[in-house]
Amino acid sequence: MSWWETLRTGAAAIRARRMRSVLTVLGIVIGISSVILTVGLGQGAQQQVKDQIDALGSNLLIVSPGSSTDSSGMRGGFGSASTLTLADAAAIGDGTAAPDVAAVAPTTSTMLSLVNGETNWTSTVVGTTTAWPDVRTRVLGSGRFFSEAEVAEAAPVAVLGPDTASELFGGQDPTGGTVTVGGATVTVIGVLEASGASASGTSEDDLVVLPIGTAKAITGATDDSVSTIYVEAAGEGTLSAAYQEVEAMLLTRHGVAASDADFSISTQESLVATANETNRTMTVLLAGVAGISLLVGGIGVMNIMLVSVTERIREIGLRKALGATPAVIRRQFLVEASLLGLSGGVLGVLIGVVGAQVLPGLIDQPVSLSALATLAALGTALALGVGFGVYPASRAARLTPIDALRSE
Amino acid sequence: MTAGTTPIIDIAGVRKTYRSGSIEFEALRGIDMRIDEGEYVAVIGPSGSGKSTLMNLLGCLDLPTEGTYHLAGEDTSTMSEAQLAGVRNRRIGFVFQQFHLLATLPAWRNVELPLVYAGVPRHERRDRAVAALERVGLGDRVDNRPGELSGGQQQRVAVARALVTEPDLVLADEPTGNLDSASTRDVLALLDELHAAGRTIVLITHEHDVADRAARNLVIRDGLITEDHPTSAAGAVR
Repeated sequence: MSWWETLRTGAAAIRARRMRSVLTVLGIVIGISSVILTVGLGQGAQQQVKDQIDALGSNLLIVSPGSSTDSSGMRGGFGSASTLTLADAAAIGDGTAAPDVAAVAPTTSTMLSLVNGETNWTSTVVGTTTAWPDVRTRVLGSGRFFSEAEVAEAAPVAVLGPDTASELFGGQDPTGGTVTVGGATVTVIGVLEASGASASGTSEDDLVVLPIGTAKAITGATDDSVSTIYVEAAGEGTLSAAYQEVEAMLLTRHGVAASDADFSISTQESLVATANETNRTMTVLLAGVAGISLLVGGIGVMNIMLVSVTERIREIGLRKALGATPAVIRRQFLVEASLLGLSGGVLGVLIGVVGAQVLPGLIDQPVSLSALATLAALGTALALGVGFGVYPASRAARLTPIDALRSE
Repeated sequence: MTAGTTPIIDIAGVRKTYRSGSIEFEALRGIDMRIDEGEYVAVIGPSGSGKSTLMNLLGCLDLPTEGTYHLAGEDTSTMSEAQLAGVRNRRIGFVFQQFHLLATLPAWRNVELPLVYAGVPRHERRDRAVAALERVGLGDRVDNRPGELSGGQQQRVAVARALVTEPDLVLADEPTGNLDSASTRDVLALLDELHAAGRTIVLITHEHDVADRAARNLVIRDGLITEDHPTSAAGAVR
């Protein structure tokens, strides 16, 4: 009996029990589509994070204070958040000790309430220097950024993020208007262009940028510590050189060994890696759950095939009496189980693909499908059918024709 | 075929013992029999006599515990399950008491089943199945499913299925057991016809008037053949 004949017989047997076959396949359909969608969601989230971090600016080093706390707790009282200073930033930007550094933007960052007339809004208030738009690759949508002179004299001027501007001023152009930031009144001199990175966590488009002195005055900070120093390397090729120069300089300035550095430097790459680590854990977890449902679907196929063997015991006996060898019977039931698995896989992939188109609109999360994952899902469905079909098929093959024929 | 010299069925010293737990039951206790080509033989005996066991052995559905069985010269007692399947397919046509037709398939598909397992190409199978159905008088019922046919018609489909491979031996196990008297007459007439056309038929029954249609009766009792005699029909057909 040829494979083609076996395939036709199997398809006929599945068609003859239409309702049951559909229900059996449903388990596989749900399993496959949820695997495809969870993996797609995970990959979509990873892509999103990567885009966001790319949008931070190219060739960027991010220097943060106090990553490592001494095991003896010696630095504890000093406060880990104030180990970086404006002087550190100035030294990095000096150009002599760190020739591969193109620009430096020391920043402070606080959440403060903003008031414009009757409108209240809470946003991130960033204090920085004139290099910030360059280093963060941000462009002004209207107005201008503040000047060196305004930074030097801590002028009461502000540049708003586009979201902040629309929250506080509605549709009107805020340039020239005033905003009360944490009690102090500042004049709006410009609005940033949207960064392009979509909203997740803190928005890159909802912020107020002030000269660093102005920000410090508003928050009442008397020291010259900063929360982050953004460093732009001269080029992509010099990123690691810049990294080493900045690290060496800060170690020297702080008088500490590399092993207990009181700051940390991250690159875009390391940020992406960290973010992906988290995402991958989630993806693996979700895909694991989906995989379990797939397994349950496979057990469903086995269950139905066993029922089918019992139910068709006389048919098996007759086929054997008419000349079907055990191998032919085994193949017939294997093909039936594989057809169930495969059709479940195809349906599951279809639902997954449709879901990947529909879902992003509903839950505001991108879903990226990969051809590899889809093929793997199909392969898994087929393998499930075959794998869970083996036992029922060999049971059918082992039946002796007399027992099978005599059974009522 | 070297007609006459090699018997279709040659059984020597066959015993069959069933074992369930510690209890042994000897269903056949040393059977010897020869059936030549073209014979019409009825095996007759009460239930429990061992005739079903004998039928299973003759049909290569089971193997003897002891003794040998040559079917058309081939020793089947040492064959594997797959080899036995091949022998059943090539040499034996079965007619069962319960018809054993597949309800989901139309008549001609039921009839072509042995040809499927014999590896006959598709277009040829349909032609041969239809020809076999015509031979049993069901040329107009080719596409009907078993549920749409009467009991007698279903058994004729089963006979067509038994004929379609042109087997050496037609083995009929109580073929009229589930039929009314009119259908019984039909089916027995069909078997007479096949015999007249030269086919070897072994009929297993417990009804004497059915057995009388055969030319030779083998009476089996308690696992042994107790009588082997020609019937009044012997002269009539030959």
